[in-house]
Amino acid sequence: MLKLLSEHLVLTFVAVGIAAAIALPMGIVITRVRRLNFIVVGAANLSQTVPSLAVLGLCIPFLGIGFVPSVVALVLRAMLPIVVNTYVGIEGLERSVVESARGMGMRDWQILSMVELPLALPVIMAGLRNATVMSISIATLAGLIGGGGLGELIFRGVAMVDYPMVLAGAIPTAALAIGADVLMGRIEFQLTPKGVRV
Amino acid sequence: MLDYLFAHLDLVLERSVQHLQVTAIAVIVAVSIGVPLGIAVARWRRLEPFVLGTASLLYTIPSLALFAFLLPFLGLGEKPTIIALILYSQLAIVRNTMVGINGVDRAVVEAAHGMGMQRNQILTMVQLPLALPLIMAGIRTITVMGIGVATIAAFIGAGGLGVFIFQGISRLYPEMIIAGALPVALLALAADFALSLVERVVRPRGVGR
Repeated sequence: MLKLLSEHLVLTFVAVGIAAAIALPMGIVITRVRRLNFIVVGAANLSQTVPSLAVLGLCIPFLGIGFVPSVVALVLRAMLPIVVNTYVGIEGLERSVVESARGMGMRDWQILSMVELPLALPVIMAGLRNATVMSISIATLAGLIGGGGLGELIFRGVAMVDYPMVLAGAIPTAALAIGADVLMGRIEFQLTPKGVRV
Repeated sequence: MLDYLFAHLDLVLERSVQHLQVTAIAVIVAVSIGVPLGIAVARWRRLEPFVLGTASLLYTIPSLALFAFLLPFLGLGEKPTIIALILYSQLAIVRNTMVGINGVDRAVVEAAHGMGMQRNQILTMVQLPLALPLIMAGIRTITVMGIGVATIAAFIGAGGLGVFIFQGISRLYPEMIIAGALPVALLALAADFALSLVERVVRPRGVGR
């Protein structure tokens, strides 16, 4: 069971890591190049609307089964909250803050790294939190296609009508999701600059 | 690649209808529980942490785990699926109803009050109509989510399009997987689009955007 738990965590972290590595820059780019935001947000929304099992299913003919298609399906899903929150976080800042930074002689990238990103961090973090909780949930489906994780116990348990086995998968999964949510909620609060906390 | 899909079109159609049925029943029940709950939370603020806390806790539980928890009480089939969907939906419906009602401009509520409206009249004739677009947005969210979760529910015997996906995976038969995955994706997109139109229609004339 510990093996499955660690597989579950690895799957989730790899997926969220890749998703963040793609989605964060993407979110920043669409605040600069407005014309792109329609396409990117639209595409991300699309990937969100399609049921995750369908995404997983559609990956199989191309990527086969196992770890890789599981990660791909998870990444596709996890990107939306990160892109949208990065965009909203930066776009939602008061114009005057950015203007005064410019007035102080800051360059574009300085404004980004020293003003916009720190202020947008709580919102970005909320996106990561969302993506992580969702990924933990969707990672259970990986058990179905040989991607490992705690879902394997649930699927196998139901197939064998072995209820304790089902619970051995379900309880840690639920605890993991709730735990990640609470923990990242804390981090989100810590990252909120003192003067901005509500 | 689409051979299986076209060869079994009648079965695909049958399962699509069943899929929608399960989702629709769950959405209707979820709304008839969630909207009153949202109204109650908007009126008695003290309920908010408890109700929203419970709803978001339920929402956090992965669907596969939730099905597993319901299994000993409700067995297999459509029933646990519908119950799970209803539980999941509460967060979006309750929160949107509450935010919609609380978001109505104080001045509007006071004007209604000044016109001699009773509390219940204000609710049904002013606050709810103004909150309707937001409630509708919640219904849209839960419908799309419901279609997704109902796919997974095929695994506990709820039928629907997920059956193709699960069987296709266990038989390593990609064409069969597509026969489930493609229609269910289209179904979700169509539902999202249709409900976005409804959302626009129910927006009272003269209210923003």
